[in-house]
Amino acid sequence: MSIPNDLKYTKSHEWVRLEDDGTATIGITQHAQELLGDMVFVETPAVGRQLKQGDECAVVESVKAAADVYAPITGEVTAANPELASAPEKINQDAYAAWLFRLKPANTSDLEKLLDSGGYQKLLESEDH
Amino acid sequence: MNAKMVDFGGWDMPLHYGSQLDEHHKVRSDAGMFDVSHMLAVDIEGERARAFLRQLVANNIDKLTQPGKALYSCMLNPDGGVIDDLIIYFLTESHFRMVVNAGTADKDMTWMLSQCDRIAPGLEITPRRDLAMIAVQGPNARAKVWQVLPGSQTDTENLKLFQAAFFDKYFIARTGYTGEDGFEITLPATDAANFWNKLHAAGVAPAGLGARDTLRLEAGMNLYGQDMDETINPLEAGLGWTVDLKSDRDFIGKQALLDKRVTQQLTGLVLLDRGVLRSHQKVVTKNGGGEGEITSGGFSPTLNQSIALARLPLGVSPGDEVQVVVRDKELKAKVVKYPFVRNGKILV
Repeated sequence: MSIPNDLKYTKSHEWVRLEDDGTATIGITQHAQELLGDMVFVETPAVGRQLKQGDECAVVESVKAAADVYAPITGEVTAANPELASAPEKINQDAYAAWLFRLKPANTSDLEKLLDSGGYQKLLESEDH
Repeated sequence: MNAKMVDFGGWDMPLHYGSQLDEHHKVRSDAGMFDVSHMLAVDIEGERARAFLRQLVANNIDKLTQPGKALYSCMLNPDGGVIDDLIIYFLTESHFRMVVNAGTADKDMTWMLSQCDRIAPGLEITPRRDLAMIAVQGPNARAKVWQVLPGSQTDTENLKLFQAAFFDKYFIARTGYTGEDGFEITLPATDAANFWNKLHAAGVAPAGLGARDTLRLEAGMNLYGQDMDETINPLEAGLGWTVDLKSDRDFIGKQALLDKRVTQQLTGLVLLDRGVLRSHQKVVTKNGGGEGEITSGGFSPTLNQSIALARLPLGVSPGDEVQVVVRDKELKAKVVKYPFVRNGKILV
C-alpha cells in the first residue's frame, strides 16, 4: 500500500500536503480509492467557502457508492481541481496526484495534529482486523 | 483471481476482479462470465408438477410446451406481493426446474413446500445445491462456450432466447441478466472450477456482482429486494407483462391483483445534471401528481451518465422532466422507456 512520507492523513482517509505558498492540498488516499472502486463523479467545494475541520465538503462517487470527504483542517477554499469533473478516474489512476481542493489554513499548526504516514499505516492495519 | 469479495445474502461473492467498468465493457463488447452458483436450482418432479405450478406462479406455465423452454415469472403471496422472481424450465411433463434468487431461497423453499402440501401432495421438490451455475454473457459468449465444450454447438446453436438444452452434464440455457446474448450454464459443482478456468483461458473475462448490477440496470431488468419485494405489486414494478390475468387460470395472488387499483409504474430515468442516482432517492414530479422513489440507480458505463429505475405516479410519461433529491440538491432527470441498452446498443 502506497503511503507517501511527505503527506499528512486523517482517520477518514483524506491526505493533506502543505505547499510552499502556505496552502494545503487535499485528496483521498490510495486506500480510499481502492475501497470505493471505479470513480464516476466528483463534487468539489466552491472556491471561497469557509470550512471548519470535519465539515462535509466534497463528494466522491464510484460505481459502488457515494462517499463524503471531510475538511481535514479549518480554512478557506482557494482552488478546486478542474480536471476531476470530466475525468474522475484520475483518482483511481493516482490518488496522490488527483487532488480535490486547496485550502488556506486558518492555523498551519492544525496540520501537526493530523496523522503522519506511520500513524496512517497503523490505522489501516487496525481497520484490517 | 484477485477478486474484491463482499458478503451477499450470506454468500462470499466477488464484487469485481479489478475494475468493474472494464468488466462491464467486456461483457457489452466481447464476453464475460459470472459465477452465479448462489442462485438455487430447484427440481419439481411428479405427475402433478404442472398443476402445482399453474397455481404457484403468476405467469402462465401452459406457455411451456416444448422441452427446454423457459418462462420468467413472479411467485406471489395471497396479497399479490412478490415472494420472488424466478425462471422455470420445462424438462419433461413430470419434471420442471426452477431457478430462484439466493437471498430468498430458504423462504421460497418453505413457501413451496407448504403450498405443495395443499395443492399437489406427493410432488418431489428438491433444492439442487450440488449444482453450480456460470453465466457467460456477451456478443462472443456463445462462441467461447462452444470452443470450450467441443461438440456442444450442434445441440445449442439453434436455441432461441429462453430455450435450453442438455449437453453431457451441462444444462445450457440461452438466458441471462445483462441484455446481451449468451448462456447460463448449470453443471455439477464439482466441475465448475475446471469449466471456469477453461473459459478464462479462452479469453472470457471474470466479472463480479458490481458489473452484473450495472449491466442488468442498463438492460432494465428488475432486481428482487430493490425493484420489488413482498410489499410491491408486480403491476407497479414493471412486471405486468409476466402476470397472466387474461386466462381463467387461478393462481396465488390473482384476486388481490384484480382488486387492487394500480397507481404507480416503474419507469426509466436518465440524469441530466451531473451526479449519480441511487436507490431510495426521492423523485419529485410536476405533472405526474406526487412523488416517487428510485428503486435502482447507478452509473451507466455504456451511456457514461447516471440512470435509474424509479417507481413513479401513473401520470408521468416518457419525455417528462422530474427532479431527484440527491443530498441537499434537486437534480434534473428525464423519464424514458427502458431498457436503456440491449445487445450493445443504446436505446434511450
